[in-house]
Amino acid sequence: MPGYTFVEKVLARAAGVASARAGDILDITPDVIFSHDNSAAIIKIFQQTGAPRLAHPQKVVITLDHAVPAPTTLHAQNHAEIRQWVKEQGIRHFFEVGRGICHQVISEEALVLPGETIFGSDSHSTHFGWLGAFGMGVGRTEMAALWATGELWLSVPQALRVTLNGKLTPGVTAKDIALRLLKDLTVSGGQYRSVEFFGDTLATLSIDERPVIPNMMAEFGAMNAYFPPDEQVFAFLDAKRQRDYMPIFPDKDALYNEEYTLNVADLQPQIALPHQPDQVVSLSEAAGQPIQQAFIGTCTGGRYEDLAAAAQVLAGKKTRIRLVIIPASAEVLKEATRTGVLLTLLEAGATITTPGCGPCMGNHMGVPAPQEATISTGSRNFKGRMGTTDAFVYLANPYVVAAAAIAGEIIHPADVL
Amino acid sequence: MTIPTQHRVHVYGDDVNTDVIFPGKYTYTLRTPEDIAAHALEDLDPDFVQRVQPGDVVVAGRNWGMGSSREQAVTCLKYNGISTIIAASFGGLYFRNCINQGIYPIVCAGLAPIVATGAIITIDREAQEIIVGNTTFVMPPLSSSVKAILDAGGLVPMLQTRFAQK
Repeated sequence: MPGYTFVEKVLARAAGVASARAGDILDITPDVIFSHDNSAAIIKIFQQTGAPRLAHPQKVVITLDHAVPAPTTLHAQNHAEIRQWVKEQGIRHFFEVGRGICHQVISEEALVLPGETIFGSDSHSTHFGWLGAFGMGVGRTEMAALWATGELWLSVPQALRVTLNGKLTPGVTAKDIALRLLKDLTVSGGQYRSVEFFGDTLATLSIDERPVIPNMMAEFGAMNAYFPPDEQVFAFLDAKRQRDYMPIFPDKDALYNEEYTLNVADLQPQIALPHQPDQVVSLSEAAGQPIQQAFIGTCTGGRYEDLAAAAQVLAGKKTRIRLVIIPASAEVLKEATRTGVLLTLLEAGATITTPGCGPCMGNHMGVPAPQEATISTGSRNFKGRMGTTDAFVYLANPYVVAAAAIAGEIIHPADVL
Repeated sequence: MTIPTQHRVHVYGDDVNTDVIFPGKYTYTLRTPEDIAAHALEDLDPDFVQRVQPGDVVVAGRNWGMGSSREQAVTCLKYNGISTIIAASFGGLYFRNCINQGIYPIVCAGLAPIVATGAIITIDREAQEIIVGNTTFVMPPLSSSVKAILDAGGLVPMLQTRFAQK
């Protein structure tokens, strides 16, 4: 009998059964459940269910991040309803406007740990694979059900094994690996599956880079993603964690229904063209495309190293177009302040706004005009994504976004240095 | 026993994402089902909301509803009278969101290529078949978990029953 994949093991643990196989239906009891600005809508659904109170308030995390500080009265009202609810229900893990994006904050606070299970009412919940946790997105109704009952049914997915070999060259990042996977396997390549990563590349990726790939597996249609946690991850968590954990590693003879291998040593910067994250070309093929706005931020590309990468390109230069920079969290902003990265960015002409999701999904703080092209370190470039139907979004790594901010067009960072 | 029902279809292609089904910019400001429904498919098929009639069915290719977890991408169709969505495959979150809102997601790869918007199809839930002209497709069986939620009319009604019994 073959061994077990990560997802088979982690879901068996979360369901309290001895073992599980792909296709089994389990009732999962997660360790952590989280929501964000959509909590206001979830409260309304929860109240319809007839549940008397939250089943496990200590497992609940709420961050305000999607439209912060509130851009309109309606958004402010949403936030006010959420604060009231947090107080009534005794939710301890509540993070106010400006603390940062849910995925980044939960990681920084070590609220979920290797081998644990976390559901978020946000599709990028695949993010937590970077810690070796099972992270999956759910809808608002499912989050209300999780608040009410503490459990959720799940069909154990098949698993895809991705092996990454080699070391990235300078100027090429984990973002390029994610884009290249999307190019090769398309937006439906991971559908319903657990995407489990292996190979010698993983250990070479920094703590800031690792989440990019599991995060973008949302664009791949994956149910969850997984990096085997290592000493770097354990050390990162040890500073903050409030409980013990048991990491899970798949068996060597686990049964994967597909395998994919990429040597990243030769990888060049990649660009996703409008309007789909798998419309990916190499940087040279997109060079010369005029750009009106550059955006560095989001749960995918707004960590400290993203800002530092941009600063490296922008040092001593001036932007020709507007450059919006939104740190993924207050911690990122503090670090960029301490190291001087922030000053370099400001001197180059960048504008910095409150940690949060910003214009990624078209709420505020960088919505483009019709016909304008934005280049972004985010993960989605669907039509209308940034709030304007007839606008264009290109996705790239932070070096490339910074270079475009200087040149006003897509250009290789080496050509602006 | 249920009798076969006839439905007019609205047909879409592969990889239709939730941003074009329901734009993200509305997700925290539009809260009533009616307001949400008014913006259904606005960046893909702006005439949809004028054209759609209660009982119509959405038919799509591969990976319908990929992208965001936003449930309004189902709500906006439901409150335009769509009760069934048939696609070659669904985004995983979208599939669950359908079931939780009591919308039947039917996986059927062969239908989208042979029908056009405005065509009439027959759905026979008893026989688990979709019939268009001379062609019959068999609907895949539902798991017991999914069936229980759909039979209850969605996850909220199911929970209402559960908590009412306590």
